[in-house]
Amino acid sequence: MVQVGELKDGDTLLKLEDVHMYFGKVAALAGVSLEVKKGEIHSIIGPNGAGKTVMMNCINGLYRPQKGDIYYKGQRVNDLRPHRRAELGISRTFQKIELFGGMTVLDNIRLGRHVHLRSGILSGSVYAGKTKKEELESRKFIEEEIIDLLEIESIRDKTVHMLPYGLQKRVELGRALALNPELLLLDEPLAGLNLEEVEDMARFILDLNEEKRWKVTCILVEHDMGVVMDISHQVFVLNFGNQITDGPPEEVQKNPDVVKAYLGEEDLYATRR
Amino acid sequence: MDGSGIEITKDLTIPKLFLRQCRKYGKNKVAMREKEFGIWIPFTWEDYYDNVKYLCLGMVSLGLKRGDKVSMIGDNRPEGLWAEMAAMCAGGIGVWLFQDCMMDEVKYIINHSDTTFFVGETQEEVDKALSIKPDCPKLQWIIWDDPKGMRNYDHEYLISIKAVQKLGKELDEKEPERFENMINEGHGDDICLLFYTSGTTALPKGALLSNWNMLTMGQNLMAVDPCYDTDDFVSYLPFAWIGEQMMSISCGLQIGYTLNFPEEPDTAQENIREIGPHVMFAPPRLYEGMTRQVQVKYIDSTWIKRKIYEFATKVGYKVANLKFEKKPVSWYWKLLNWMASISMQKKLKDHLGMSRLRHCYTGGAAMGPDHFRFFHALGVNLKQIYGQTEIAGISIVHRDGDVKFDTVGTPIPNTEVKITEEGEIISKSPSVFLGYYKNEEATQKTLVDGWLFSGDRGFIDEDGHLVVFDRSKDVMTLSDGRPFAPQYLETRLKFSPYVQEAWVIGDKRAYISAVMCIDYAVVGKWADEKKLNYTSYPELSQKPEVYDLIQKQIEEANTDLPVPAKIHKFVNLYKAFDADDEELTRTSKLRRAFVGERYKDIVNALYADTDIVHMDTTITYEDGREQQIKTDLRIQKINV
Repeated sequence: MVQVGELKDGDTLLKLEDVHMYFGKVAALAGVSLEVKKGEIHSIIGPNGAGKTVMMNCINGLYRPQKGDIYYKGQRVNDLRPHRRAELGISRTFQKIELFGGMTVLDNIRLGRHVHLRSGILSGSVYAGKTKKEELESRKFIEEEIIDLLEIESIRDKTVHMLPYGLQKRVELGRALALNPELLLLDEPLAGLNLEEVEDMARFILDLNEEKRWKVTCILVEHDMGVVMDISHQVFVLNFGNQITDGPPEEVQKNPDVVKAYLGEEDLYATRR
Repeated sequence: MDGSGIEITKDLTIPKLFLRQCRKYGKNKVAMREKEFGIWIPFTWEDYYDNVKYLCLGMVSLGLKRGDKVSMIGDNRPEGLWAEMAAMCAGGIGVWLFQDCMMDEVKYIINHSDTTFFVGETQEEVDKALSIKPDCPKLQWIIWDDPKGMRNYDHEYLISIKAVQKLGKELDEKEPERFENMINEGHGDDICLLFYTSGTTALPKGALLSNWNMLTMGQNLMAVDPCYDTDDFVSYLPFAWIGEQMMSISCGLQIGYTLNFPEEPDTAQENIREIGPHVMFAPPRLYEGMTRQVQVKYIDSTWIKRKIYEFATKVGYKVANLKFEKKPVSWYWKLLNWMASISMQKKLKDHLGMSRLRHCYTGGAAMGPDHFRFFHALGVNLKQIYGQTEIAGISIVHRDGDVKFDTVGTPIPNTEVKITEEGEIISKSPSVFLGYYKNEEATQKTLVDGWLFSGDRGFIDEDGHLVVFDRSKDVMTLSDGRPFAPQYLETRLKFSPYVQEAWVIGDKRAYISAVMCIDYAVVGKWADEKKLNYTSYPELSQKPEVYDLIQKQIEEANTDLPVPAKIHKFVNLYKAFDADDEELTRTSKLRRAFVGERYKDIVNALYADTDIVHMDTTITYEDGREQQIKTDLRIQKINV
């Protein structure tokens, strides 16, 4: 692993340069460039099928772009597999919940911690030494930083598939956090939630971004324009694989191309405002 | 003398007792536990002492003086209790607010009580305080506890509990005698708590309670049902409810039992099970909730489990009835009861966290006889407590082995209870309060020659038990001229798991009718099984199938009643009654006058020749948002 020095707020954390991604002859991404600075909430918006999730998948390594480069902390990560990128501090949630339904909430979250566990089979079999130390630290981290933050104390021992959708979304965020990420990719975290759950989730994202303990940089794919414009520092607009604009929310809202491609649909912007 | 061996004199105060107990137990005994981050964290009496001391001195260095009011709001946590004790130690007066209080209520109480210090638990409470601060000129400091979400707040009058305690430590280094000197200045007649009563009719009134009131109340209750310092108690009901103060402060301090605080309000039930308390005091709605939970789980379980449950409850009811009638239980029934106990009752009690329970009380509102029987059939020693905030919470309780489910029991020691000629219950004891704060008129009405006028109607039965009929103003006159207590029918209706709330109407009317609120979770589940589609409470409540279901529940409650007392018509409301809409008090009592005014269209329709009533209202959420609701409600007739 390449060792990279500590980045400060405002330094470039992630950079996409002229990324192309084709499925057969369909261009899902046609030369997209994005720069995400540390400490930002950078939203990606665009109509359905614009390529938002493809972009997420390219960043965390599920897809490999045919052309273009992806840099994370100055290191080219194109050739790294997803789990290697996770080790570097990139974590994500999915548009459609990808939890282990038969496992408990706690077990799902613990699983997200797996990349940080180093102890071997020997000490693990007797639960002593390194294993014990690691397990205690890991427990403390999960309980004090994640469960407390997401207010899921009452469901810790519940099986995930028994939970309502809104809580499952929260658990998925919890699992992504267990990785202790520096960059968090959130793929439609608000979709399908009711008003109260949306408010809670938006608050969690803000907490994660601002709280001294976390200071997580977030890339947010979301359709709820009210929330996007409220909490984002930068908004990147995508349409049919083409980058339309990238800038602060106020600017993006005024951009005529954006209005035409997306925001022009008044109702969409008015959602939940 | 009671089990605690403490003599209550006029000189004794709660802080003095606190000091004495801290010295007695020190670090050898756990005073309280809180579940945090999934682990029960203990605090010894020494920790309790240190935390209270520094918090108290900290508030003093911020300017707290004797007689100042300290308002507190938040969930049950050790910090809340420390703040209350710290205020008392400094000679201040504690005021508790319900954590779900609306902004207006908070503002009213803060202003009316002349609060100078506000202690809130989280960002939410701080936000409430900050938004009313400009309208509350006397409010000086806002103290918070939980740092979550507090990163962007920098008002100069905002300070964390930790920072206050740090100030306290500094003061303690300068004046090490200060804390105990302040405690020693106190006297039993000093006011320690200002308690805002929920008020079913008007604005809340502030009842002034002295140290002497609180301590004698605890002592007299403990004289009936002794507790031990090895006992466990779970504190999870609002501190703003007098019953919780009674158990946590008054009894808890005298006996020295361990208080346990759940992790979150949502986890309370689970945490109670982990602790297995010895004593429990809760308002009826909690027991009603437990009953409902058991009934629903019963419907859900497998055939064999249902059969075992049926057998065990049949035996349980039989034995409980024998005991109620004070008849001997034959060896045959004893044997069957033992089988019922090992096959079902023990396990169920464990699930409800009741396996170690010695004394279990209900109070604060009426509890239906069906619920009472249910718990006794399980072998739970559930007893009724009767009292009001104005008598520090309790004047009457059932005795072991002398429980009658339609009475509330007999007076505790040093307490006299009489019935006036008008049938009003009046009582006298050392715990009768000092009066209402800044409300001479109400005080004179309530307190006459040391007698506390309760406003409840009742009588004393042949065994000397008090029977509470209802609030005097709620007693209805039936079509045949007889008096009738609506809450009797309402509690019967609420025994059905499908019914969350019921409101019985019919004072001086031709017949009785009812407005029903379905239990969304239970009826929703029932509808799922019946493959009924619905998206919301209003829609579900109006389904014809649901109407028939509710009708069946009403018919069950109607049985054995004389015809004029039977419910003839009912309507399913499109929402459940809620304290945020001022329909219930914060202790979940129905505010009849208010709902009568609010739903007068429904009431009129129930007594008119119509099947449909059109509704157009707004509902208010806790954060102040409003939503308009337009809907048609159907009225259903019942053949009686």
